[in-house]
Amino acid sequence: MERKIILENNDIEGIRFLDVYRQNGGYQSVEKALKTMTPDEVVSEVKTSGLRGRGGAGFPTGLKWSFIDKKSNNPRYLVCNADESEPGTFKDRYLMERIPHRLLEGMICSSYALGANTAYIYVRGEYKYIVGILNEAIKECYKNGLLGKNILGSHYDLDIYVHCGAGAYICGEETALLESLEGKRGNPRLKPPFPAVKGLYDCPTVVNNVETLANIGWIVNHGGESFAKIGIGKSTGTKLISACGHINKPGVYEIELGFPVEEFLYSEAYCGGIKNGKELKAVIPGGSSVPILPKELILNTLKGEKRLLSYESLADGGFESGSMLGSGGFIVYDEDDCIVRNTYNFSRFYHHESCGQCSPCREGTSWMDSVLYRIENGNGRMKDIDLLVNIASHIEGNTICPLGDASAWPVAAAIRHFRNEFEFHVEHPDIVRNIKHGSILQYTNK
Amino acid sequence: MSDKQFKHKLYVKKNKEVSFTADTLAKIETVISHYPEGQQKSALIPVLQIAQEELGGSLNVDSMDYVAGLLHITPIEVYEVATFYSQFYLEPVGKYVIEVCQTGPCAICGGEDIMHYLEEKLHIKVGETTEDNLFSLKGVECLGACGSAPVMQVNTEFYEFLNIEKIDEIIATLRNTSELTKPESLSWKERLS
Amino acid sequence: MVKVTIDNHTIEVAEGTTILQAARLIGGDVVPPAMCYHSKLKNSGGKCRTCMVKVSQGSTKDPRPMPKLVASCRTEVMDGMVVQNITSPEVVDARKAVVEFLLINHPLDCPVCDQAGECDLQNLSYEHGSNTSRFEEEKRTYETINIGNLIQFHPNRCILCYRCVYAAEQLTDNRVHGVLYRGEKSEISTFIQQAIENDFSGNMIDVCPVGALTDKPFRFKNRVWFLKPMEAHRTCSKCSGKVTIWLRGQEVYRVTGRKDKYGEVEDFICNECRFEKMNSSDWTIDGPRTIETSSVINQNYYAKKINPHVINPLKEKME
Ligand SMILES: Cc1cc2nc3c(=O)[nH]c(=O)nc-3n(C[C@H](O)[C@H](O)[C@H](O)COP(=O)(O)O)c2cc1C
Ligand code: SF4
Ligand code: SF4
Ligand code: FES
Ligand code: FES
Repeated sequence: MERKIILENNDIEGIRFLDVYRQNGGYQSVEKALKTMTPDEVVSEVKTSGLRGRGGAGFPTGLKWSFIDKKSNNPRYLVCNADESEPGTFKDRYLMERIPHRLLEGMICSSYALGANTAYIYVRGEYKYIVGILNEAIKECYKNGLLGKNILGSHYDLDIYVHCGAGAYICGEETALLESLEGKRGNPRLKPPFPAVKGLYDCPTVVNNVETLANIGWIVNHGGESFAKIGIGKSTGTKLISACGHINKPGVYEIELGFPVEEFLYSEAYCGGIKNGKELKAVIPGGSSVPILPKELILNTLKGEKRLLSYESLADGGFESGSMLGSGGFIVYDEDDCIVRNTYNFSRFYHHESCGQCSPCREGTSWMDSVLYRIENGNGRMKDIDLLVNIASHIEGNTICPLGDASAWPVAAAIRHFRNEFEFHVEHPDIVRNIKHGSILQYTNK
Repeated sequence: MSDKQFKHKLYVKKNKEVSFTADTLAKIETVISHYPEGQQKSALIPVLQIAQEELGGSLNVDSMDYVAGLLHITPIEVYEVATFYSQFYLEPVGKYVIEVCQTGPCAICGGEDIMHYLEEKLHIKVGETTEDNLFSLKGVECLGACGSAPVMQVNTEFYEFLNIEKIDEIIATLRNTSELTKPESLSWKERLS
Repeated sequence: MVKVTIDNHTIEVAEGTTILQAARLIGGDVVPPAMCYHSKLKNSGGKCRTCMVKVSQGSTKDPRPMPKLVASCRTEVMDGMVVQNITSPEVVDARKAVVEFLLINHPLDCPVCDQAGECDLQNLSYEHGSNTSRFEEEKRTYETINIGNLIQFHPNRCILCYRCVYAAEQLTDNRVHGVLYRGEKSEISTFIQQAIENDFSGNMIDVCPVGALTDKPFRFKNRVWFLKPMEAHRTCSKCSGKVTIWLRGQEVYRVTGRKDKYGEVEDFICNECRFEKMNSSDWTIDGPRTIETSSVINQNYYAKKINPHVINPLKEKME
């Protein structure tokens, strides 16, 4: 059954404009929250809903909000994380481009719940045009009394500003984002203290993903309990999955959590099967940072149960035979894709994006990149494969922020499940050197 | 990878007067007003973006020092930030900066080939600028549009589902209509209609 | 006061004390090595990861272990916390890994490095390193830049501990150098050609744990182990005037800040004391400085433990 919360009314013409959005039930939650609920009641509904962060870590949102330091006399801030840079993830962009007001509505309710009078949206630099869309939507809100002083006569004031980044994946990490917002290099901070106690300008701050915040309006309108009924187990609600790679219908889909992976992959309503009638080889289900799973393990768990799109099911089996829901970036590889080349590619990505603060990540990412480059180009040795596993294990868990882990997991998982491909590269350097990875001739209109 | 010798050169301060138009300064004032009193350093990234645009696409030492003055911070604080973020260019770039996505999802759908094709077509290598200063070619990481791979960005505009014909067309348009306004002036409204 | 147990030693310390500080109060093998933390520099620490320890019990109230190893230099103790340093094989392994990471791109130029003998990285690789290198790639190198007549900068040796940046930020009023670029390409630089010169810039030399920032006038004048360090003082209007002077006979070869037994400067000194007072008559001598046995300066210790990979060239030079 199709269930839409975030993309509800997505297809209505002009939905990104305030008047159309309001005609279709938009901003009712703001009226309800500001006029009939206390901030604590909103927090409590969000807790009841079981909503978990959609930015990657899946931390319960209500719980995070309850950590906000209420004793502090400093102002509080809400910061929306729209830095979306995880390879394979493009859901926030779609959401902000199509229904920017869904995000703003959620942000007004959330800021009210947190007692914040200023909120920022941190948009990645490459999404400059989105800044235009958001600013336009914000302007509409100010004009209609939904932002600014005394919102809808409730004596609650809120300003929302859009802040544009300038090209750095690491600024998606919440404390790096705050540093960047303060006009500094995007070096993640040591935790504790957590942002809820010392965040933006050392004031209590909550950082939430775009999609997380876009759910809040619905929760206020329908109550946390109704939300908790959607989904499966502790994975409540729906999730935007951005599907890409070698499938027939790449794009952003909203699914109810618990939707079977196999159906998502092959149904015409979603990915529509593998491109050009090829065989499925592997899937990365949650953005480039999470472990890759081969066909057998992505469709079914090791126990033989159907793999579902939920936090728990995708993690079933731990890293031995499972993965993570992550940010919902669903990358599909067909039988002809080279896992070694892809692993090298991601390694280069993390090498390039490391902030360079802590030694295991700064040195380890570049080392893995160099070794994988050699293997991919036919200059590898057998011992390099175990060396990679070892370097990855030395980075993992030993760094300031999770980018270190994120760089280690894809390498470890690729070798775990596709060691034979790495060995092949080492054993057949001549073949490897002469492989043509696709030819430009494939990419013509004909 | 191959190049392990980092020749980050020292830049030269030319002591040329930098000044922004009244309009630009007003824009900067507005940006600064978005942040609390005393936190004007927060405006650094947006102000550098404005400066970069104003200066024809790249930053130089004099302009960064000028920005430091505007925000009451030290020049080194500006240099630290300008060198951290990949969208600040410290070397002059062409009118159109073509940034081709090289990351996994695009790569398996032909991103690398798109890059090679552009290199051949423009007779330059990644990181270089054409002689007529029209195009700079750069390889970048995931642009957040993997569903429409392969993807590239020209200045702020996205070009998606690329293939040979599309690239030919884009380059021809940008080349022939040298009067053509920068693609970002295509407003988001047009883009979405 | 809170109670903390580190490697089976229990101690009571004030609230807000870090694990590293608590361990230093206990002393001996319990103390984790630290490369980027410096007790006199605010916000320092957390970056190099050599000081990581295992917290096997968070506190009496919440006895759960911490899921990952933590940087002891930046983690505060809780009442009832139980910490493992060298008693945890996991910590020993992780530390070895960190030392390897710090060394893979570090040049093997100890024989020509004027920090040799008083380099924290050299000491660290002794204690925790392995003898062979698995790194077969090309090492990263930078072009040297000139930062003035007082401080010599060798970018290739830098381990990006940020200490000199905090020192410049906190001791001087106009910082002109910082960490530029990102990730593996990060480097300490002034971005434009300029000298790092102000009354307290010399302290950057003392806080640098390796030979990346060294005393330019002193360069190659002598090996530190031929010099006799003496605690000395003078009346100075700018700083405490409490220093260590390095003598050969009656000649002052070099002046540095006084370092504690963890190699951290006790009092920052001004450039006048450091660079201009080179006559023994400028100073009142308080007595000899005691050298820590864990340092490579101590030659007996040095002879006992040879790490051929990093240290061998140095040994030849000495013979
Ligand atoms: C390296 C790294 C990159 C991240 N990138 C993003 C991102 O682009 N967008 C995002 O929402 N969260 C990202 N996160 C997660 C954030 O740190 C943070 O958990 C999230 O913004 C919290 O919001 P949520 O609880 O609503 O998910 C990233 C984390 C790491 C470690
Ligand atoms: S893990 Fe990597 S990205 Fe994160 S703080 Fe350390 S160096 Fe920076
Ligand atoms: S130059 Fe020395 S003090 Fe400065 S960051 Fe490098 S190693 Fe640390
Ligand atoms: S990988 Fe190219 S846009 Fe994401
Ligand atoms: S000394 Fe603690 S991390 Fe460097």
